[in-house]
Amino acid sequence: MSELTLTVIKLGFLAVLWLLILSVTSAMRADLFGVRPPKQPKPQREAREAARQNRQPRGAKGTPTRAFIVEGPDTGRSVALDGSPVTFGRGADCTVPLSDEYVSTQHARLRFHENQWYVEDLGSTNGTYVGNQRLTRSTPVTARSRFRLGKTVVELRK
Amino acid sequence: MSLDRARARTEPPAPEAVAPRRGRGTELVLLIFAIGIATFAYVSVDLGALGRVPPNAMAYLGGLSAATAVAHIVIRIRAPYADPVILPIVVTLCGLGLAMIHRLDIADGTTRASTQLTWMAVGVTLFVCVLLFVRDHRVLSRLPYLAGLAGLLLLVLPLLPIIGHSIRGARIWINVGPMTFQPGEAAKIILIIAFAAYLVQTRDALALAGRRFLGVDLPRARDLGPILLVWLGALGILVVQNDLGPSVLLFGIFVLMIYVATERISWIILGLLLILAGGFAANAVVSHVAERIDFWMDPFIDPQGQVAQSLYGLAYGGLLGTGLGQGRPDLTPIAESDFIGSALGEELGLTGLIAIILLYALLASRGLRAGLLLRDPFGKLLAAGLAAGFFLQVFIVLGGVTRLIPLTGLTTPFLSLGGSSLVMNWVLVALLIRLSDAARRPAPPSSSSSLTDTAVTQVVRIR
Repeated sequence: MSELTLTVIKLGFLAVLWLLILSVTSAMRADLFGVRPPKQPKPQREAREAARQNRQPRGAKGTPTRAFIVEGPDTGRSVALDGSPVTFGRGADCTVPLSDEYVSTQHARLRFHENQWYVEDLGSTNGTYVGNQRLTRSTPVTARSRFRLGKTVVELRK
Repeated sequence: MSLDRARARTEPPAPEAVAPRRGRGTELVLLIFAIGIATFAYVSVDLGALGRVPPNAMAYLGGLSAATAVAHIVIRIRAPYADPVILPIVVTLCGLGLAMIHRLDIADGTTRASTQLTWMAVGVTLFVCVLLFVRDHRVLSRLPYLAGLAGLLLLVLPLLPIIGHSIRGARIWINVGPMTFQPGEAAKIILIIAFAAYLVQTRDALALAGRRFLGVDLPRARDLGPILLVWLGALGILVVQNDLGPSVLLFGIFVLMIYVATERISWIILGLLLILAGGFAANAVVSHVAERIDFWMDPFIDPQGQVAQSLYGLAYGGLLGTGLGQGRPDLTPIAESDFIGSALGEELGLTGLIAIILLYALLASRGLRAGLLLRDPFGKLLAAGLAAGFFLQVFIVLGGVTRLIPLTGLTTPFLSLGGSSLVMNWVLVALLIRLSDAARRPAPPSSSSSLTDTAVTQVVRIR
């Protein structure tokens, strides 16, 4: 065995060892950088409600017609506000079921009363907030107001 | 870091949004890579030391591949969602250990590498048994106190008159027929299980009661009981068995697990204080410990001693090492067990030693990751305890070898010569595989909605 061969073997072994570490790290890169969630198909119910919303007469100025989820695990989803109450929560029977772990099963409700939308907390664990105020009673909301439940933020838009 | 809070920060993947990936193919590719590295190391030891390809290289490759294949197939059947990088890391470490033991065999004229390969086969057998018989890790939490008692019994077993056996001053062995076994290695795993089950029951009391002092939440006096008990137990092992390593490891694991369970830094501070107090007391009373501290302060009082020779070896290896088979790791007394880290550091250099430490760190991080993803508190604590205990052991032994901390007698997991340690570390890995399988397994689709309905809402901490 010549000196040169042995040196090549030595450096080669170290290179291979580090290559293994790189392969192991790249195998777990999904944990480091996250997995891109598959595109969610538009739910049918939403399309139906959007159609219904067009028929319904417009409310007074500042009355929101849609609630958008702008933060949290369900970001991007929205629900039409057509006058019937909308419940938010982790339970499957809510109008808007959320996958946020910090949201209670029945967390908050949007309710339409005398041309005004109100948000109210349904006795949730972590509370519902408008700004920094934890809700204790029904609070009127208008277009562009936001409220937070768990890590989810809902914004109302016209 | 607290598990619950870390989980909130890292955005838990929604089970239905992300298509589950089993990763068995990735595991197979990495395993082939790992076996290749192990064989490469084995062959290059002979090339470096004797200048020829070892005649039994194919047999070695076959033995290693067979053992690995069995483990891989059982994972495919019984834990299909397990983490794909755990087994390849373990096989690589085993391969490096076997190569280094073979290298020391060449220097000393012995055949310990084949014994070690046999022990690895035993380890894989137990690995398979654990995966086959422990279908759900939660069954382990059923009998916390019995498990604790069993662990303690295993610890005191070597003190019994007939089966107990003392090697090089440490009374940690028992005779089983013609062989000797260290029950302490098994006790470590059983005690981690017992700690996890116990802490799940009591962590609220340990975390919430107590008052604040100097910005640190102090526990109540009566909650100090368990930590003091384990501390006394660890000191007892130290004094009676004359072995520093297991006592430090055991106490360290317990403190880390209390911290993970309660997420209060006061337990870590308390634990460090107790370790210091115990260390000072032991230094004064136990001659063995005082000797270790002396060697730590000045290893060159005995230039032929282990620590001095280990430091010479690491210096000789330098950045890139001497190359496998071309150093003199055999000059360190008993290099094949505690000091295999310095032997590898000499022949693979700093570059190789860092790679090895990184492999350990990656393995521990996979355990912690499984803990983050698991949904039950016992599983979370068990995964965190196993991973933290494993890495703490690596830190203690490699820190001792490189003179960062006083030397304590512990084996380097998977690398060191020694059946009990190797076999029990395979059991530990089997538990990690089982836990990671449970963590990554997607919730059954039919009941997923009712699962989120009944799941407990995580509480936001305003602090």
